[in-house]
Amino acid sequence: MSVKSKPSRVYYFGTCVIDLFYPGAGLAGMELLRLQGLSVVFPPEQSCCGQPARNSGYFDEARAVALRQMDAFPGDDPIVVPSGSCAGMMKTHYPQLFEGRPEHDRAVAFSKRVHELTAFLVNVLNIRLEDKGEPVKVTWHGSCHSMREMGVVDEPKSLLRQLSNVTLVENPREKECCGFGGTFAVRQPEISAAMVKDKVEALESTQAAKVVSGDCGCLMNITGAMKKQGSPMSGQHIAEFLLERTHHG
Amino acid sequence: MADAASKNDFSVRAPKALNDPTLRANFRRAMDGLMVKRAAQFEDKEAWNILRARGAAAKARVVAQLPELLEQLEAKCTANGIQVHWAETTAEANDIVLSILQKHGAKSVIKGKSMVSEEMELNHHLEAHGIRAVESDLGEYIIQLAGEAPSHIVMPCIHKNKAEIAQLFEENIDGLGYTEDVDALTAAARKELRGAFAAADAGISGVNFAVAETGSLVLVENEGNGRLSTTLPPLHIALMGIEKLAETLEDIPPLLSLLPRSATGQHITTYVNMITHPRRDGELDGPKEVHLVLLDSGRSRVHADEELRDTLRCIRCGACMNHCPVYSRVGGHTYKFVYPGPIGKILTPQLEGLDCAGDQPHASTLCNACVEVCPVKIPIADILVRLRAEAAHPSHSPAVKGGGSRRSFHESLAWKGWEWVYAKPWLYRLVTFLASRFGNLVPDTVGPMKGWTSCRAKPTFAPKTLHELAREKGYCDE
Amino acid sequence: MSDAARSNILARLKAAPRTTVPERPDWTPPSFGEGKLEQFRRMLESVHGEVHETTAAEWPERLRNLLSNKGVNAVLYGPATDHGAALIKAWDGQQAPSLVPYNRQVEELKQTLVHGVQAGLTSCRAAIAETGSLVLWPTAAEPRLMSLLPPIHVALLAKSSLADSLAQLIAEQGWVDEMPTNALLISGPSKTADIEQTLAYGVHGPKELIVLVLTDA
Repeated sequence: MSVKSKPSRVYYFGTCVIDLFYPGAGLAGMELLRLQGLSVVFPPEQSCCGQPARNSGYFDEARAVALRQMDAFPGDDPIVVPSGSCAGMMKTHYPQLFEGRPEHDRAVAFSKRVHELTAFLVNVLNIRLEDKGEPVKVTWHGSCHSMREMGVVDEPKSLLRQLSNVTLVENPREKECCGFGGTFAVRQPEISAAMVKDKVEALESTQAAKVVSGDCGCLMNITGAMKKQGSPMSGQHIAEFLLERTHHG
Repeated sequence: MADAASKNDFSVRAPKALNDPTLRANFRRAMDGLMVKRAAQFEDKEAWNILRARGAAAKARVVAQLPELLEQLEAKCTANGIQVHWAETTAEANDIVLSILQKHGAKSVIKGKSMVSEEMELNHHLEAHGIRAVESDLGEYIIQLAGEAPSHIVMPCIHKNKAEIAQLFEENIDGLGYTEDVDALTAAARKELRGAFAAADAGISGVNFAVAETGSLVLVENEGNGRLSTTLPPLHIALMGIEKLAETLEDIPPLLSLLPRSATGQHITTYVNMITHPRRDGELDGPKEVHLVLLDSGRSRVHADEELRDTLRCIRCGACMNHCPVYSRVGGHTYKFVYPGPIGKILTPQLEGLDCAGDQPHASTLCNACVEVCPVKIPIADILVRLRAEAAHPSHSPAVKGGGSRRSFHESLAWKGWEWVYAKPWLYRLVTFLASRFGNLVPDTVGPMKGWTSCRAKPTFAPKTLHELAREKGYCDE
Repeated sequence: MSDAARSNILARLKAAPRTTVPERPDWTPPSFGEGKLEQFRRMLESVHGEVHETTAAEWPERLRNLLSNKGVNAVLYGPATDHGAALIKAWDGQQAPSLVPYNRQVEELKQTLVHGVQAGLTSCRAAIAETGSLVLWPTAAEPRLMSLLPPIHVALLAKSSLADSLAQLIAEQGWVDEMPTNALLISGPSKTADIEQTLAYGVHGPKELIVLVLTDA
């Protein structure tokens, strides 16, 4: 669904990882939208998109939680999500989860309203950003689901490129998974460790001060490894980064 | 049940490969090269999408019409003089091959590359009956010398570097000495195997596409050993999985345009060999007898499921494993069975059963890199998740073998608990409130956290949840 | 045993749910117009194939020079072919490699085929510009092993038989009506990259592929 005209009101789905570990990033996303003149609503009945259960093969449990999310966002206003992974779950997999079931049509309608935050800022709001921060070198980490399920590849980078004092450096093997994969990090810890180690090395090779990402699951994984390794690099969600740069935090 | 499954556990085998720096380096270098070569072939995204849609449709049509096309293939092949045999199991297939060879008094066999023959463990079976089987594909020859299994479906000895191969050749080829010069090694293999080709009583090959419309076997290769194995000996036995069909001759060009480019980044393989008859009257060479063995080994069972049957579209290009961040780090042997990588992770549990390979579908982050490059659009990530579900819950699908074999009481309970909390907004808010206030007190060596904290700092719960902050800022008001 | 297996397999497959048979979406192979030979040459040369342009009258002499320079003593050829006869005539009395006829069953000629000739000469049914491929349909007159066993394969290609793509050729020549015993696409000398992904030529098939394009044929 392409939203040609700018909506006046949007819903915001915070995601459970942001809720517990990165609420600042969640707030920053809402603030960015509000500053564009939108009315932003955060329904308190929301919890989690259900991806962990679905990916583990527990479809009934995922469906039960998915239905609660659909209940929490009535009507047809767009639903903006600061995570390509959770957006992908709701957009691609909700219709799939309810295939052949009475809720299928409802799931399809719901999925059409879902937008990943950076894609929404760029493609729907055509946001213009003015950089007020000090020069800094950053590199971007796009999550696998963002790139491959939501097709969001250049939008976040275009936002970073709008900031005049920000130098965006490409990192090697950019498209390779960071090794988070939700429960994979816990089920296949050694492989996950090898993957995140390689990812940190690739990011550090850019000599950027920080890695910016649209997915907090990846960030938790990557910055967690960076901290353990004593890396000079830090990580930040793009919503928080953009808000800080354009409004002095 | 859980114990038997955990013994096969991928995560138990992986560290061996992960901690082998030579193996890691060999695979990294090889996969990087293959990815770059493939990308160069498909720079034009629009052309890729059009070609891929054509290829996916061709193979989807095969899967949707499988019984009829197999009957057509059999009728055409038979009319052409190719003798067709059917085998439900690998044991049956081995017996068929053995009896054909014994009928001809064959003592030595030259083999072209065939993954199906690996499924059958054919060489082993033949050796046990006094028939020598020599691998002629250079990569397969190398691992035969090493006594190993292939680690990749297209490049079988990708896990070996020059030094390792030089060593093997020095030990096994008289008068060669130690050399890492690739041309010298190749010339030595050519010389050794020439004798085997000339002396062989029979040649055994795989099939890339069997064209139902014309009863033709299409084989692709670069070395020439495939042509030699299927032309020089008086007897040729071709082995194929029942899904390796093309419906019409018209389907061959798009499939040929997808396979080598996806596999090795070549425009086309050096040789495309289409076999339709044994040696006919007046012809001076070619095998006098050609046999085709159709192997089921679980494929007809997979076919019964509308979602899972997409697995059978696979044309064995290997692009999925070339792009897999897991495969490139653990290599093919960690997968234990014949087919590694993403295709292995969906095919093996289906053919062998979730009871012995139910760990494979979990060895993935669902990054979708494979989905992006699969030339026939197999929804690999969705099938991985489906198989995870089948492994955890007793299956109602007749297509699935070993469904529910990884059922874990604890995990089921955990997800029920998760549902209970996350489907009740007030309970979710309460639990997250408590987690934010007390979660940081939980030690990082507890249960699943151990795997995380072995290489990462423990995640820190924020002092207030987003729900709380959103309410404070007024975002919860409609 | 095979019969029971056949019944069981087909029964299972037929009992499965019927899914829609998808339509084949449009796909057009590339075409090269006047640039066919250029495309063919570029593709074949990129994989170490040799392409020489010559004429129907000149090719025997061209071949004689080429093979003499490569130290070839004996060439395998098909005596029942027109070009085979032309070669005999053209090389008669010249300092040239000896011509070995492939005129008996392979069982009787094996040693010669494997060890006794350094080159083999064949015609081509056609060629494909897109992938730089020769199309051979071996016959009784030019059997399959001619283009495979000798370390050098020389192919005579009439320029007019050069097609854009395999799809075009299959359609134009009506392959579906009568497939030969063996149809081959040959797109270069034999090669492998199995040893550390390093290219090496002449593994089991010919180490050299030489194409003589007859521009007036």
